[in-house]
Amino acid sequence: MSAPILSVRDLGKRFGSMIAARDITVSLPAQQTVGVIGSNGAGKTTFINMVTGHLRPTHGAIHFEDRDITGLPSRTIKAMGISRSFQVAQIFPSLTAFDNICVAAAIGHAPKHVMGHVWTPLRSPEAVSEAETLLDLFAIRRYRDTLAVTLPQGVRKLLDIGMAVAGSPRLLLLDEPTSGISIEEKFDLMQVIMSALRNRKITVLFVEHDMEIVERFAERVLAFYDGTVIADGTPAATLADERIQTLISGSRPNAAKGGFADV
Amino acid sequence: MIQHSRIIASSAFLAAAAAVFVLPDWMISLATIAFANGLVVLGLIVLWRAGLVSFGQALYYCIGAYAVALVGRWTGITDAILLVLIGGACAGLVSFVVGFLLARYREIFFAMLSLALSMILYGVLVKTESLGSTDGFSVIVPTFLGYAPHQDGLLAALYWLVLAVCAIAALLVDAYFHSVAGALAVPLRDNEIRVEFLGLSVSRLIHTKLVISGLLGGLGGALAALAVGHVDPNMSYWTTSGEFVFITILAGAGSVGPAFVGSLLFESVRSFAVAMLPQLWQLLLGSVLLLTILFLPQGLGSLITRLRWRRGVEAP
Amino acid sequence: MLTAFAILVDGLVYAAYLFIVAIGLTLIFGVMKILNVAHGSFYTFGAYGAATAVGIYFDRGLPAAGGFLLMALFAMVLGLALGLILERGVMRLVYGRDEVVMVLVTYAAFLILEDIVILIWGPGSYATYQPLLAAGNTEVGELILSNYDLGLIVVAALLAMISFWALKFTRYGRLLTAVIFDRETAAAFGINVRLVYTVTFVIGAMLGALGGAIMAPKIAVTLGIGVEVIVLAFAVVAIGGMGSIEGALVGALIVGICRAAAVHLVPQIELFVIYGVMALVLLIRPYGLFVRAQPRKI
Repeated sequence: MSAPILSVRDLGKRFGSMIAARDITVSLPAQQTVGVIGSNGAGKTTFINMVTGHLRPTHGAIHFEDRDITGLPSRTIKAMGISRSFQVAQIFPSLTAFDNICVAAAIGHAPKHVMGHVWTPLRSPEAVSEAETLLDLFAIRRYRDTLAVTLPQGVRKLLDIGMAVAGSPRLLLLDEPTSGISIEEKFDLMQVIMSALRNRKITVLFVEHDMEIVERFAERVLAFYDGTVIADGTPAATLADERIQTLISGSRPNAAKGGFADV
Repeated sequence: MIQHSRIIASSAFLAAAAAVFVLPDWMISLATIAFANGLVVLGLIVLWRAGLVSFGQALYYCIGAYAVALVGRWTGITDAILLVLIGGACAGLVSFVVGFLLARYREIFFAMLSLALSMILYGVLVKTESLGSTDGFSVIVPTFLGYAPHQDGLLAALYWLVLAVCAIAALLVDAYFHSVAGALAVPLRDNEIRVEFLGLSVSRLIHTKLVISGLLGGLGGALAALAVGHVDPNMSYWTTSGEFVFITILAGAGSVGPAFVGSLLFESVRSFAVAMLPQLWQLLLGSVLLLTILFLPQGLGSLITRLRWRRGVEAP
Repeated sequence: MLTAFAILVDGLVYAAYLFIVAIGLTLIFGVMKILNVAHGSFYTFGAYGAATAVGIYFDRGLPAAGGFLLMALFAMVLGLALGLILERGVMRLVYGRDEVVMVLVTYAAFLILEDIVILIWGPGSYATYQPLLAAGNTEVGELILSNYDLGLIVVAALLAMISFWALKFTRYGRLLTAVIFDRETAAAFGINVRLVYTVTFVIGAMLGALGGAIMAPKIAVTLGIGVEVIVLAFAVVAIGGMGSIEGALVGALIVGICRAAAVHLVPQIELFVIYGVMALVLLIRPYGLFVRAQPRKI
């Protein structure tokens, strides 16, 4: 049994007297698709921020493929193979969609030595071809030369994720990939994302509030509540759990199926 | 269209070099100073593209100038090229050290801190009697690879030296703008956090830009010192920095060429204004600045971009 | 011991001067997020205006107190006019643009106004020492303190107290605080932000002009006084935190005492003590001493 791609032990974060996350212990095998659920403020984004180096944990350890990455800066962690997308798409509004991904790809391809990115051209063949490929994979080719500031929300989210996928990360953390998208479109968006990732052998962890999407796309579910993980199992088991239904998914206990439809 | 602009740039360079034989001395003098200052503006543009406006480039300008003056006076070095390189290197070194502090700041605080640093140098120079205090002191007449030209020859030699340095700097900076690090200026301005998440150290990127602009500022100051023949603490005063910023606005921070064209324009307008309306040249400058900001927010560079767009050459 | 006392007094006087000059600047920045280079012009106009007022008044043997009042009023009227013209005429055209663009617009205005001063008052300098003389001196042990200087400290203290009171207890003050914190939300609540801007700018201009008027008797009123003041005011505001009046007060005190100490003990570093302090403060507190926390971005 090979080492888990991500191993988190007793992870916690406090801001002064406010505890944002506590005692998180989780182990992800490579290429698993994990759904993370939990109400707002439960610590999901804090967890992602710590794993990706944006926040330094107050206690605990994070290991990526055997290496201790606790407290390392986000740029180092990205270079090691962990990438993420954001609740609010973090794109470059002044650039076109193509340039957004091209920048991401170019950084990924530039030689790692000190002056590597000073002398490498931005539009190198590798960066350009990866950008074109990703535009197609995420089905946003028609927006190629549009300025990112004018892009509709769904396209922004796809662009955001496309940028995260440039450079071939091995672990991808998606923070609410379908947030801000209308209910009718959520499913299709997630479908596009998941097919784009399908052949890349990536381990994916996505945060989601729509339980149907979680059921459909996740192999495993982590449920966050009050800063820690309170359930960890298959979607069917976790979502049927009464406690989860009371605290997170919001349907009445003993209802036939989880989800908002019953409330 | 890179070919197109390369042809224009090369022709302009050759024309400028040949101008020595045609134009009167005072024009060549003016152009020499203007192009030297253009180097400082180029440094400002490097920072401006990343969203950083420095109100303290005068610091490096002054260091470059004083380095040339002091080295010329205290050591036996008279070679212009060597002096200019030394001036640039000193300024570059200072910008490297100072960069550790400055790279942490953005926007107004960056502007103010850079201003403060230049004013610190000003204060030091003014209080230092051995360096001539507010009067400054003169710079030796340089030699050029062994030759010691005088009068017209000296004028031409300095002019060509400045042109050569500007051309080399322009080529290198243009290449930089096309590299990953240089092209990241706009993403840095747009969304630093994302740049960091994409795998690059934002502070190192900015530190690099600070060093480049410091180097360019120092080279400009060194050349100016040789051209004018005199240095004084005013070269570090905030109004000097203000003028460089002014030219950058005039030029527009898009690319390399406008730095020099803008500088030439500014020097010309300033000389004209001082000559015609000695009491009112600031009013003229201020009005030009205001009008430029109101009606040509991207500077003169945008005029060229708009022309190109109308001819269908490139996207707006 | 005497030196310590001298440093204290000198420091307080200098701090008073810095505070009076900086408070208008920090107010404008806090509310409108504009770093107003033209603040130097308000100061200059105030100083020249005071010189004119002094010239008219003091040589006629009228009571000195009236003279002080006239100086102050004259300067404030000038500040009012200048502030209105600048805000309604120029600033209004560039609202919504980049912060730096706005700074540059104020820089352009400053350049224009510098020459307008020459047009109105000519290039010569004006001596306005009469109010200083009229105020007389006080002897404290071996030190002779100028009453005018002491008055300066009183005025600065009064100004500080009035601004604190106005911000906390008047309706306008609370509107201002709301706009400082979050302009958009304030507008959404129905606050007339444009009006607040105009009023703030004008008050800032009047305070700047007042600063110039107050300082006029102590300096030679001549070209270039505005230039020096701008940088000093900026430094104080940076130390204290942009938009914070307490910050401007504390910043002015720190710089004032440090500079006085330098003048008495290590004269060589006098000129850049203020910048050294600013660099030091910014090293530890990048946004100045009194600034509110930044919200989470991602």
